[in-house]
Amino acid sequence: MSTSSGSPESWISSFCSLLGHEYFAEVSEDFIEDDFNLTGLQSQVTMYKEALEMILDVEPEDDEDDEDEEEEDEEDISGDGRDGLAGRHERRHHSRIASDLSVIESSAEMLYGLIHQRYICSRAGIQQMSEKYELSHFGVCPRTNCNQTRTLPVGLSDTPGEDTVKLFCPSCLDVYVPPNSRFQTVDGAFFGRTFGALFLLTFPDYDLTKSGGEQLANLTRTDESLNINGMWARNIAPGLGKGRVYEPKIYGFRVSELARSGPRMQWLRKKPEDITVLDEARHFAEEDGDSDDDDENMNMSGRPVTRRRRAGNARVKRQGQNGSPMATEANGAESEL
Amino acid sequence: MAGMDDFVSDSDSDYTSYWRDWFISSRGNEYYCEIDEDYLTDRFNLTGLNTEVQYYQYALDLITDVFDLDCDDEMRETIEKSARHLYGLIHARYIVTTRGLAKMLEKYKKCDFGKCPRVMCHSHPLLPMGLSDVANQKAVKLYCARCEDIYNPKSTRHSAIDGAYFGTSFHNILFQVYPALVPPKTTERYVPRVYGFKVHAAAALVRWQNKERGEMRRRLRKMEVDSGFAKVDGEDDDEDEEEEDEEEEMMEDAMDHNPAAVVQYRGAGEVATLQ
Repeated sequence: MSTSSGSPESWISSFCSLLGHEYFAEVSEDFIEDDFNLTGLQSQVTMYKEALEMILDVEPEDDEDDEDEEEEDEEDISGDGRDGLAGRHERRHHSRIASDLSVIESSAEMLYGLIHQRYICSRAGIQQMSEKYELSHFGVCPRTNCNQTRTLPVGLSDTPGEDTVKLFCPSCLDVYVPPNSRFQTVDGAFFGRTFGALFLLTFPDYDLTKSGGEQLANLTRTDESLNINGMWARNIAPGLGKGRVYEPKIYGFRVSELARSGPRMQWLRKKPEDITVLDEARHFAEEDGDSDDDDENMNMSGRPVTRRRRAGNARVKRQGQNGSPMATEANGAESEL
Repeated sequence: MAGMDDFVSDSDSDYTSYWRDWFISSRGNEYYCEIDEDYLTDRFNLTGLNTEVQYYQYALDLITDVFDLDCDDEMRETIEKSARHLYGLIHARYIVTTRGLAKMLEKYKKCDFGKCPRVMCHSHPLLPMGLSDVANQKAVKLYCARCEDIYNPKSTRHSAIDGAYFGTSFHNILFQVYPALVPPKTTERYVPRVYGFKVHAAAALVRWQNKERGEMRRRLRKMEVDSGFAKVDGEDDDEDEEEEDEEEEMMEDAMDHNPAAVVQYRGAGEVATLQ
């Protein structure tokens, strides 16, 4: 785990250990110190420089050093940011005014959250989040038919101040309010809209269902090695489909769809019994085989194509070579995300 | 049930005053409503329960506040436990009566059973329900009338309650009796996205589900039944087609950089219009 290189009492670790901040990953200092990763954040946070210094546990310089902060700030950071920050590490003296401190503190939290949104979509960050996921740090789906599938923290907006953090269940592809009210003060933008779905694409081999028995039940229904639409068939909404849709009954008799109070929302939890129905490209090729399919995956003769493990593996491998976040090389290129 | 022992410490309180009052106001028993004295004293309502519960008569006496047996603590605890079980079993019958439904409806309106955790349900109140009418099989679950799905209670003290104390039918009967309370249904849903682009596997499933919904609404319209969706019914088809169009414009599979995605898209649009 590439966490912060600072002391255990760093601002970042104390922020992440606060009550309600259990979902946060500790952003590595390397990531924060790479200015490219902070592009555009300056305009979103007041007292940006001070907030950044607070996050990195750097004591502020004397005022004479930077009178007009905004411009100097930019130059400093884009020029020799790394050296400057490292140098400032040494000087530890308190020159902040108390009233400023609370402003800076809240700015630092905002800034950290916005950096966090980017970090967890980077190679190192998503890896760190996967470790937290495996430890069930993000809780489980409250839906009964999801059998305690582990959830992922997501935002419904990338703009801070709009909504609080939600939990995305990969088993039913729906979002839920965290059970504990302490998370209702955590901004959803600090996790962002992308993380949840990106996580599933990054780790396609994850066993999305925790319990073993359930996994077996899935295997009997779908071929384990079947790859559909870029995902293993077994990982496409395992909590949905036949047997996972609630059927309202009165004294054992199903309530009719035609009743005023009959079921109307079952489509939301349905899934085709034959999952290959969702392979739209294949069906398109079958029905319109002679049209414009110059794509390698298409079957020219219109015969059914069953993508077996081999094809799937090749695809996953190709992704790896293209700089997938899963690759384990040095993470200098993480800013590409 | 496990968890029932949690009440042991409280149970020393005076048996003489209203047991039911104490029981429903105990921590963890928020889901129960108070059963009328009249209902409890009509033996017809209790048919068959005498074989389900140990020390049935003593337990019933305790519930109806006429318990006056002089016994040791161990015996008293056993009877107390039976009384709680018996109360639950009677409760399952009581809440489907007119009076019981009305009482549970009040609690539903006060959100005594919690709110739906699903974001798109916007904190719609829940109703307790069982997955079995037989005791000691499944714990209580919570039903959301808006998304028509069932959820686990948040608190462990509630997840220890037997689902049979509410039964499999109660929440459905409630909406049969009070059809005006059926909440309007929405097609609003979460769609996973990566940097604004839909994820192909999830989006394909959403398209399939939308088609299912469209078929259901057509079926209902044919039978001249109100589908209960918030929007005007006549616009169903147009609306569905619009959705497809919008989806067609979007490029999915952003992460895959898969040239097939474009074709898959066109495919999706055409398949949809064919049907």
